[in-house]
Order: sequence, then structure tokens, then C-alpha cells
Amino acid sequence: MDIFLQQVLNGLTLGGIYSLVALGLTLVYGILHVPNFAHGAFYMVGAFVALKLMTGWEVNYWIAMIGAAGVVAVIGALSERLVFHPLRHHSGLHPMIAAIGLLLFLEAGALALWGADFLRMPTPFSGIVEIAGVTAPVQRLMIIAGAFTLMAVLQLFLTRTVAGSTIVAMAQNRDGASLVGIDANRVAMLTFGISGALAAVAATLYAPINLVYPAMGHLVITKAFVIIILGGMGSVPGAIAGGLIIGFAESFGAYYISTDYKDIISFVLLVVILSLRPQGLFTNGAR
Amino acid sequence: MLEIEHLTKRFGGNTAVNSVSTSIEKGKINAIIGPNGAGKTTFFNLISGVHKPSEGTITFESRDITTLRTDEVARLGIARTFQSTTLFDNASVLDNLIVGHRLRTRSGLIDVIFGSARLKEEERVCREKAREALDFVGLSHLENRVAGDVTQEERKRVAFALALATAPKLLLLDEPAGGLNPDETLGLSELIKKMVKHDLTVCLIEHKMDMIMSLADKILVLNYGEKIAEGTPAEVRANPAVIDAYLGSDHADV
Amino acid sequence: MMKLLEGKLGWGLLLVAGLLFPFMAGNDYHLTVMSTAYIFAIATLGLNLITGYAGQFNLAHAGFMAVGAYTLGILTVDYEVSFWLAFVLAGVVTVLISLPLGWVSLRMRGHYFSIFTLCVGIIIYLVIEKWESLTHGTVGIMGIPAPTAIGPITFDTPVSLYYLVFFFLVLGVWLMRRVVDSLMGRTFMAIRNGDDLAEALGVNLMRNKLMAFSLSVLYAGLAGALYAGFVRFLGPDLAGAEHAFDMTMYMIIGGLGTVLGPLLGALMVPWLTQYLQALQEFRFLIFGPVLIFLVIFVPNGIVGTWVARRARQASDAALKEAKQAKEHTKQSDAAQKE
Repeated sequence: MDIFLQQVLNGLTLGGIYSLVALGLTLVYGILHVPNFAHGAFYMVGAFVALKLMTGWEVNYWIAMIGAAGVVAVIGALSERLVFHPLRHHSGLHPMIAAIGLLLFLEAGALALWGADFLRMPTPFSGIVEIAGVTAPVQRLMIIAGAFTLMAVLQLFLTRTVAGSTIVAMAQNRDGASLVGIDANRVAMLTFGISGALAAVAATLYAPINLVYPAMGHLVITKAFVIIILGGMGSVPGAIAGGLIIGFAESFGAYYISTDYKDIISFVLLVVILSLRPQGLFTNGAR
Repeated sequence: MLEIEHLTKRFGGNTAVNSVSTSIEKGKINAIIGPNGAGKTTFFNLISGVHKPSEGTITFESRDITTLRTDEVARLGIARTFQSTTLFDNASVLDNLIVGHRLRTRSGLIDVIFGSARLKEEERVCREKAREALDFVGLSHLENRVAGDVTQEERKRVAFALALATAPKLLLLDEPAGGLNPDETLGLSELIKKMVKHDLTVCLIEHKMDMIMSLADKILVLNYGEKIAEGTPAEVRANPAVIDAYLGSDHADV
Repeated sequence: MMKLLEGKLGWGLLLVAGLLFPFMAGNDYHLTVMSTAYIFAIATLGLNLITGYAGQFNLAHAGFMAVGAYTLGILTVDYEVSFWLAFVLAGVVTVLISLPLGWVSLRMRGHYFSIFTLCVGIIIYLVIEKWESLTHGTVGIMGIPAPTAIGPITFDTPVSLYYLVFFFLVLGVWLMRRVVDSLMGRTFMAIRNGDDLAEALGVNLMRNKLMAFSLSVLYAGLAGALYAGFVRFLGPDLAGAEHAFDMTMYMIIGGLGTVLGPLLGALMVPWLTQYLQALQEFRFLIFGPVLIFLVIFVPNGIVGTWVARRARQASDAALKEAKQAKEHTKQSDAAQKE
């Protein structure tokens, strides 16, 4: 029973992180119909910035997280302006290739600035708590709390604020939105900014129980893509549900099947589902 | 030629085409009209195999084609144009058309590797058919022109030529006169009449009433996915349900 | 002048240049750089077929190259299979592995296909890294034998290896040009232009996409096998993101949808990076933005833009001729009336 609860805790932790990353990705895809392959790089840069703020400038963990979110939000908005906006009328290969170019650039930049070593992020939450016979590292509890709080905030933002509803409007109908005076460019930049911030927060939350290195975004990004294909491109509830499913699948899979190959679980899920429904689980017909 | 029985297509909760039965008559110009969103393009999509019908059957020359894929339908002799056609803008017009006859060829990888005689012959035939199709639509002089440079009207003709290169029996034209001025529309009508004179059957979706009324032999009227009328232009023009659909019930008595 | 370089003459010149290169190269190091470039050029040609011609951006291409390389490495080192048999098997295994993947993924359109192959590529990397009993994990495979002699020709010097790789490159280019210029190549291009229209023209999408995919993967697998025999040791990095992106780079710079383009790209870019020696590891600091710039402003690449310009010139010339002919008949008509 204890072990089961342990895995539940792990599942929630992983699920929270994956959901945050997938949320950023799905928002961008929903608006711009571009799979942002550089999203993993946003994630990675977020962790590095937070780390450097904490170690180099002696900043508190939470402040560092906010700082990282800010920096990556700016990077995201810039990416939209410089890379994706010029390509907005191209469909198919070109935006994808440009996203790859962006990814390469950011990873090379990280390599140049911070080196290839695997770094540790110190955390203020190194304690352990006993709940119902389960040993819960406080960091994991913080991850869960942080991730789900942020998701709730995001949902409120999208549904209760004017800025948020412009994003939702554009996701539903780009032309219609501009007809009622919504500035597509502003919304695009805002979306990318939010997407970057979400990735940075997720990375900072997760980094203390993992390592920080330039390629750290690779695995996370594949799972994020699996999640948005399963949960539906552009769907916020889909990203959250998908993230939790993958998170649980991986924790239970890692324990009960194999730790080495746990990363393949989400991929296998993707293969199975796309073999049965090549258009994804939830599609409104638009691609 | 093409028999359609109780054709129905549902997308989730939305019934795009609702139990439509009709027939496309050989050697005639058939037209499908209806207000926007009436399900006309979905109807074409069902015939050409882009969607599978939820219910109903489609029979082409006594052969059931209801569940066939688009390329299988094309091989049986049903060609189709789209509202917008993507051409290789960087290649010549003729170059664009050569692949049109590909479906009638049989060369495979082995032929390609060994540069077989069959491949050479089939490429020659494809090129010839491309030239013929281009000539038929009156654009032979554009043979070497870069496809991106031709006018909108010429583009439409090239799209026709592409469909003709497949050596079809039935041509489905989706809004062929879209974006053309009255002179160009007239030219297109002449081209369609020419096709029928050369033993082709045509079925087109159009919004331009004067074109349809003067061109079509038989008209099918759809509204909200249902057939509301069918017949000759004169019959359809006088049909109160049709008038209602287009103009609103106030004018039904006119 | 330019016209002379087109067609057979141009390719002939390239062939001669390749044959003469060892005599012009300063030292063995240059030979090695060029030979490695040739190997990746072969792989890039394959990538260009599925991406540049059939329009499906395959992000797992480097993974397939690694599969070919590792097949050869494992067979020759662990099972003492002879080199050339292992070489053939490398191609076979790579294609066999790719078939189910292709069958599943080619049904997906555009973005989904690329996302799927991105995952496949990363998974291949993971499997190579973790399946130590088969692949030696992160330690890698060492001591791969050089290609065994064929008759009197041995491959134990840089020069002989150079010519071996060059031979395969020439073979690869020859075959690719055949495919691309044929009806089959035109079919692939029609698919790239638009699935829907291609299907309406009677093209069996699945069969043709699988064909393009398998051919492209065959090129990758055999290039990988050559790489294994050339470099003589392997690590999981071969399946890593870097190589996939390098090849994408070559394609875009040279020009998607031409044969010469990716070839030139694969040959020129490594030399460029050689001169930027210090930047080798960080080359993407420059190449990343270059890629973005090209995709936005020069989407057809160098060769592609040149080809487009030639087509435009031919088109304008034809237009001019037609106009002149019209003028001529006008004049003669007018003359007749008088």
C-alpha cells in the first residue's frame, strides 16, 4: 500500500511538471498551429537562469523562479516576433525547420554560456515529511502544489481576464478574432511569453530533484508532444489530463516494469493511439 | 452513370449531408447548387472518397464505390478539381501536368533503377497526354511558362487540364468559376460544353446562377444538407422551395 | 557559360573533381574530412527524398543512420560477420525496422509525422544508450574492422577509403537522380504539393510515401554502415540530435527538392565548420539563426533559387518569342491588307 501511495505521489509530481510544459506547448499550437520544437530549449534555459540566479546572485528560490519565468517569457515573445511571425503564412515544413533552428541556437548558447556539465540545483526544501506511511520529500510536495496552483491561475487567466479571453478567441477563430479588433500580433507574443514562463517554472520546480544540463529538455519535450497529441492540440484540460496520465503511467511503469525504459512508455502510448487514430484523440478537423 | 442513394454524412452531432438521393447523368452537365453551408463540397468529398459516408451508397457505372479511397475512385475515372489548386509555382505549366497521367502507368522502382523501356514509354505518353490536355483547354502557348506567373483564370484552366490528363469519364468541378469575371466565366462555360461534346460527363458546384441556368442540363439543389429540388433549370427556377432557400419565405409567391 | 555547367556536363565536372581531389588535397586530414562529408552527403540525399521531395520532415533520420552503423558494428565486432555481408545486412535491417514505423507514421499528416519521428529519433538514442548487452551502451563499439578487400583492392589507406566512399556517393547520386527525374519522383513531388490533390490524381498515398521513406532510410542505413567502417568506433551520439540537424542544415542551404542542393550543402558546410575550428561545438550559435534566416528569406536554398531563376528565364524567353511572333503576324497581316 505504501509503495502504491509512493507511486501515486510520484505520478502527481511528474504529472504536474508534464502538464505545465504541455500547457505551454498546447497554447502555442492552438493559436499558431506551429509545433514549437524549441519549447524544450525554453524549459532548459529556464532551469539554467534560475540556477544562475540562485548560485551566482544568491537569490531566493522562488524569486529565482519568477526571474527565470520572466527571462524565458521575453525569449518566447522575441522568438515569436523574429522567427514565427515572418513565417505565419507558410505552412508545412518551413515553420518546423525554423523551430529547429531556434532550438539549435538556444542549446548552443546554453552550451557556450554554461558548459556541458550536469549541474545540481540547490533547494530550500530538502526535508522529508511522513504522511500516512508515505515518505514525501517536501520538494515533491512543493512541485505538486506549485504546478497545480499555476494551472489554476492559468485557467482563471484564460477565462476571467480580457487578455486571457483574447487568447481563447484567437485559438478558436483567428480571422474572427481580428475582425472584432483583437490584435493578433499582441496575442501571439503574449501566448509565446506565457508558454515560455510556464516552461521555466516547470523546469525550476523539477530541477532540484533532477540535474540541469543543456540537453535536459529533450525527453521532456517528447512527452509534452505526446501529451498534446493525446489531449488535443490547443486544449487546456486535455494538456492537464494528458500530463497526469503520462505522469502516472511513467511512475507506475518505472517501478513495476523497468526504470531504464520508463521514458519509452509515453512513446508506446503515442504509437498505439496514433496507429488507431492517426488524427489524434481529439480533433476538430483542423490541422 | 453515378447513382447516389440516401447518402448521409454525420460529423459528430452535425449532419452535413442528409439522405440525399440523386443520379448524375452521363454525357450531361449536372450542377449542384445551394446556399453556403448546404453541404455541396461535403457531397463531392463523399463521392471522391475523401470522407466515408455514414449511410447510403454510391454506384458508378454499376460498381459500388461507396467505401473506396480517393485514388481508387480516380483510377475508376472520376476526376475532381478543388476550389483552390496548388501548383508547383517554380516549375513550368507542362511540368505540372505530367504527373496527371501517372495513374494510368505501371512503372515501379525496378523500372526506375534500370531505366526500363516501359518507363521511358510511359513518360513519353504522360508528356503527350499533358500536352493534349493543355491544348484542349486552349493554353498550349503557356507550355513553358512558370506556373506561378499565370493569371487566375489560366490557373483554373490548368487545374482542368490536370484533371483531364487523368483520362476521366466524370469530372467533378468545385466552384470552377470562383473569382472570375463575367467574360472569363463565359470562357469557362464554353470549355465545359466542349468537354461534354468530347464524351465527358461533368458535375459542377457553382454559385453563379446565370452560368448554371444557361449551362446545366440537370440541377440538384441542396439546403442544410438535404435535397430540396432537382430538375431542369426551368423547373428549379420556378420551384418555391428553392426560391425560399435563397431569398427567404417572403418571396416565395413571386 | 552557366548553361554549359548544367546537365550532364556539370555532373561530369563534379565527378572529375571528386576523382582528382586526393591529388589536390594537402594531406590525409583533408581526405578524412571530405570522406566524412561524403558519408553524410549520402545520408542527406536520403533525407532530401522524404523531406524535400515527398514533403514529410523526418526527424529520425540520424537515428536510422545509427541503426545501420550499429548493425554493422555489432555484426562485425560481436559476431565476426564479414564486412560486406554486414554492410548489406545493415541496409536490410534498417529498412525492416523502418517499415512498421513508416506504416504507422506516414498516415499522419505534416506536423504529427514530424513530432512522431522526433520521438522515434530520441527513442533510438535511448535504446542504444541503455541496451548495453546489445549496443555496449555509452561505452560504444570499438575496433570495427575496415572494409575488407574486394579482389586486389584493399581499403586500408585514407586514399583507398576516400575512393570507396566516393564510389558509393556517385552511385547514390546516380540512383537518386534517376528516381527524382522519373514519374516516381514526380509523384513524390505531387504528394509534397498536397496530399489531397495527389490523391485526386490517383496517387496511392501510403504506397508512395512508404516507397520514398524506405528508400530514404536505405540511404541512411548504408551511410551509417559506411561511417562505422570508416571511423571504426561508434557511440550513441551518432543517433543524437546534432547529426539530424546538421543534415537538415545541408538540405536547406543547398535547397530542398533538388539533388544537387543537399549534395553541395553536405560538401560545403563541413568545410566551413572546419575553418571555424574553434566554433565547432558551438557552430549552431551561427547555424541556428542562419537556418532561420534561410527558411524565411531563401526558402529554396542556393541551388533551388538558381533552378527557379533558370525556369523563370526560360519562361520569359518563351513569352518574348511568343510576343515577337504575334508582332510578326500582325505586321504581315497589316502588310497584306495594303
